[in-house]
Amino acid sequence: MSMLSTGRPTRPEQVITRPATLTGAEGLLQHEPLIFELGGWDKTGVDLPPVPADFAEDDLGDLLRVEPIGLPGLSEPETVRHYVRLSQQNHAIDLALYPLGSCTMKHNPRLNEKMARLPGFADIHPLQPVSTVQGALQLIDELAHWLKTLTGLPAVAMTPKAGAHGELCGILAITAAHRAKGDTARDTVLVPTSAHGTNPATAAFVGYKVQEIAQTADGRVDLADLEAKLGPHVAAIMVTNPNTCGLFEREVREIARLTHAAGAFFYCDGANFNAIVGRVRPGDLGVDAMHINLHKTFSTPHGGGGPGAGPVVLSAALAPFAPVPYVTHGPDGFDLCEADAQAFGRMCAFNGQMGMFVRAYAYMLSHGADGLRQAAEDAVLNANYIKARLSKVMSPAFPDGPCMHEALFDDHWLEDTGVTTLDFAKAMIDEGFHPMTMYFPLVVHGAMLIEPTETESKAELDRFCDMVEALAGAVRAGDVDRFKGAPFHAPRRRLDETQAARKPRLKWTEPAPQAIAAE
Amino acid sequence: MRFTKDHEWIAQSGDVATVGITNYAAEQLGDVVFVELPEVGRTLKPGDSLAVVESVKAASDVYSPISGEVVEINEQLSGNPEGVNQSPEDLAWFAKVRLSNPSELDGLMDRAAYEDYLAGL
Amino acid sequence: MRYLPLTPDDRAQMLATIGASNIDELFCDVPQAARLSGPVDLPYVQGELEVERKLAGLARRNRTAGEGPFFCGAGAYRHQVPASVDHLIQRSEFLTSYTPYQPEIAQGTLQVLFEFQTQVARLTGMDVANASLYDGSTAAAEGVMMASRVTRRTRAVLSPGLHPHYADTIRTMAEAAGLTVEALPLAIDAEAQVLDAIDADTACVVVQTPNLFGTATDVTRIGEAARAAGALMIVVTTEAVSFGLLKSPGAMGADIVAAEGQSIGNGLNYGGPYVGLFAVREKHLRQAPGRLCGETVDADGRRGFVLTLSTREQHIRRDKATSNICTNSGLCALAFSIHMSLLGETGLRQLAALNHAKARALKAALSQVKGVEVLTPRFFNEIAVRLPVAAAPVVETLAANGVLAGVPVSRLAPNAGLDDVLLLAATETTPDSDIAFLSRALSKVLA
Repeated sequence: MSMLSTGRPTRPEQVITRPATLTGAEGLLQHEPLIFELGGWDKTGVDLPPVPADFAEDDLGDLLRVEPIGLPGLSEPETVRHYVRLSQQNHAIDLALYPLGSCTMKHNPRLNEKMARLPGFADIHPLQPVSTVQGALQLIDELAHWLKTLTGLPAVAMTPKAGAHGELCGILAITAAHRAKGDTARDTVLVPTSAHGTNPATAAFVGYKVQEIAQTADGRVDLADLEAKLGPHVAAIMVTNPNTCGLFEREVREIARLTHAAGAFFYCDGANFNAIVGRVRPGDLGVDAMHINLHKTFSTPHGGGGPGAGPVVLSAALAPFAPVPYVTHGPDGFDLCEADAQAFGRMCAFNGQMGMFVRAYAYMLSHGADGLRQAAEDAVLNANYIKARLSKVMSPAFPDGPCMHEALFDDHWLEDTGVTTLDFAKAMIDEGFHPMTMYFPLVVHGAMLIEPTETESKAELDRFCDMVEALAGAVRAGDVDRFKGAPFHAPRRRLDETQAARKPRLKWTEPAPQAIAAE
Repeated sequence: MRFTKDHEWIAQSGDVATVGITNYAAEQLGDVVFVELPEVGRTLKPGDSLAVVESVKAASDVYSPISGEVVEINEQLSGNPEGVNQSPEDLAWFAKVRLSNPSELDGLMDRAAYEDYLAGL
Repeated sequence: MRYLPLTPDDRAQMLATIGASNIDELFCDVPQAARLSGPVDLPYVQGELEVERKLAGLARRNRTAGEGPFFCGAGAYRHQVPASVDHLIQRSEFLTSYTPYQPEIAQGTLQVLFEFQTQVARLTGMDVANASLYDGSTAAAEGVMMASRVTRRTRAVLSPGLHPHYADTIRTMAEAAGLTVEALPLAIDAEAQVLDAIDADTACVVVQTPNLFGTATDVTRIGEAARAAGALMIVVTTEAVSFGLLKSPGAMGADIVAAEGQSIGNGLNYGGPYVGLFAVREKHLRQAPGRLCGETVDADGRRGFVLTLSTREQHIRRDKATSNICTNSGLCALAFSIHMSLLGETGLRQLAALNHAKARALKAALSQVKGVEVLTPRFFNEIAVRLPVAAAPVVETLAANGVLAGVPVSRLAPNAGLDDVLLLAATETTPDSDIAFLSRALSKVLA
């Protein structure tokens, strides 16, 4: 028998310490410099045809850019590596549950990406003759039909480019409607304390005074306070429903009645429409205007901060004031209305976020009316499951009754442990999860808002709850260092935000020559 | 030195008062990263926003407790906002105001009263 | 339903854990009268194949830019985007991540934003750029609002070459906020007219270069006049590739630059999503809208990036925020930044030169067409021509013959008295043969 004895060992050998690496890399995770530090000052990763020999820029004279721009370039393989390495430093919904309350991080189906890239949608110009984009206009029209049917409202403005832009659109329609009635005395918008920051910011942006409405002990709009604050000076209320505590406003129809009785309009922040789509139509609740974040409810990808899309459904009273452009049915097919004397104006240059429309429509068609309803139910079921499981170890902000699509906890359970909401969140990072939304809504101390969405399996929910329970056990056991120093296992430890804000460095600059020499 | 319930201090010298925020306020704000000061020459009345103090996650208005005209601002703070954390009741004053109604100071707390007030918070 | 992982068994177990007997109990807070008993009146669940068929059918009913001669511009431009750009932005970690609020696990997005901000600042010749706004038009409107905050004045003057949709977007937002907007009547080469319109109430002048008609203008004097009057100059650019050939807005004294970044990294997409570039002078930074990414260090002293100066923003400052913007154009900014990194300065300058050369060829060809007068004196990649007849029907006829011949001004400004003016752009994607084809087709239609 001949034996080969020179092979490499096939079992790990015992190594006691874990030395820091010499390059700053950690296994698969590379340390990646800035593009400006990669030295590609004369390179390009694009092969372009030569500029014609007879070309001269003499016609531009003084307009020519003579100063250097200062932009590095990289070949394609270097570029791909740069961005793939950077991507690996991000958490993503494709990696694990991403329980950011109010943000709705659900699975983004890839079919939607494929559809949005069809040249028939991706390679058409916003100002082509409408006769050459009938399919695009039909898609916008059909998507509008779905949005109107799902919300029970008769009109929709499609052009707003994100939720906050939709809020602006809704408030401008409300302003226009009051003005059309000769009612110019309304200078106030009422907003609950629990509102998203965009609500008061939107109202104030276009000159309204913002007044807060109090909240009841059970996390809803205080009707008595609302009634006291309504009056001939109030143009609108902006209420999120389900609200930012994850609760349905039980008295929503009374809120609408009081608002309308005072001559004001009911703007609903539709950020949480995903909880009720297919089960409740906002139009049946008395809502006059509501934006729909296509990137939340209808799952267009968040892309690290956008783009979004924020179509706004409108009641009959507001519909005439919708902004241009909008799709109409003409004698020769679909048409675009670009000028309308009653419209309050224009939200943006072109036709809204077509790329997002295609994705959202593919998502809606895939689910269908029945699937959307099931999705809302599963979103609510998942949130209540988390609330039920975690209420044993954390303190729910509103323990009584079910929540909707997200479960809100406060930091009561962390009192006197030496661990804060922030510490707990950072420890979750070490355990492989993105933290929940923290310190929002403002009405709850040390808020932790968990939104699992309907695209999580029970197994993933259990994995998440097991993790939170284990961390809560560590809190009770006094293992404070695990939290105070966290995260230990992320691409970065906690970052110094104070330094970033005191001495802002918002772009790369060439290091001074002596600094280079010293390296 | 006089104090307000909003944690500002006022030190009078002749017809000019120096205004800043208290140690307690500076501690509550956390690391101050920016201070927005009024323009010299601005006329204030009680309750007007005199300055905005920013930490990373909050922006807090500092309200003028008095009436008068801003005659000087503490330019040091623009490049050195951390001064507010280091020396809130001394070097990191915000503005000097020529008082138009010095009697307004009478209604404010002295240090002992302010400390009692803090103890009750 | 393929996107929903829960099985009926899971649901039953979970309801038991919750202590509810059925799903309706979880919706008990919804008023009885508003509960729908079943699905709304819309089609039911469909498989991938059916959805793909349906959408491909709609897509087929659109004439794409790539399938024939194409000359549309006027705020959106067709360029060759390298395949690697689209591949990289579809990485899960970029595509399916949220706004980088937890910097420890979002350094990828944050470093990209820092690089993007640097690229935009350099391209525009400005001190600082933000992490993007929705698009060029909303960026211009935000610029006007910002100028009003900086100057504490309320009047905005819009130059005669400003894209009418940009002017309308500005007017909608600014007038609602109580500002006065004076838009000078459309003109091909008359930016200097704004000099006479600046007064002591003027917060800003908004000038576009290259403008709607393609005219490139040195706006240095306008900036000087604005500053002398205590106002700001906002420079709008709708074609970002022009930064590779033309003097930067910063070099011409811009206080704010609001530009459309679609041309770099992003497709036409029928108008969106695009990416608004927004750059300012450092001294006005605190009044700027939108997210900013900044450099700092972590607890171990390693360089890292965070969102910073957030006290300007709605989630902290609420009704005192500089803008209501929250979601921006993150992924489009990423595409912009990747494409820019591929181009580099060398590639961008060559790309810009190619675009200019194509437009010169277009101008030369159209000058030969009987009855056509080229109006734009100095241009980058876009020109305006006067036809002997109204432009819109000509464009329709040419479209029926397979040529997308550009944008009639009447489409953007029906009452400007410029019905016979047609806007045409040429880029590196325009073959010379298409220019020849257009000339022939146009000659035929006009004959």
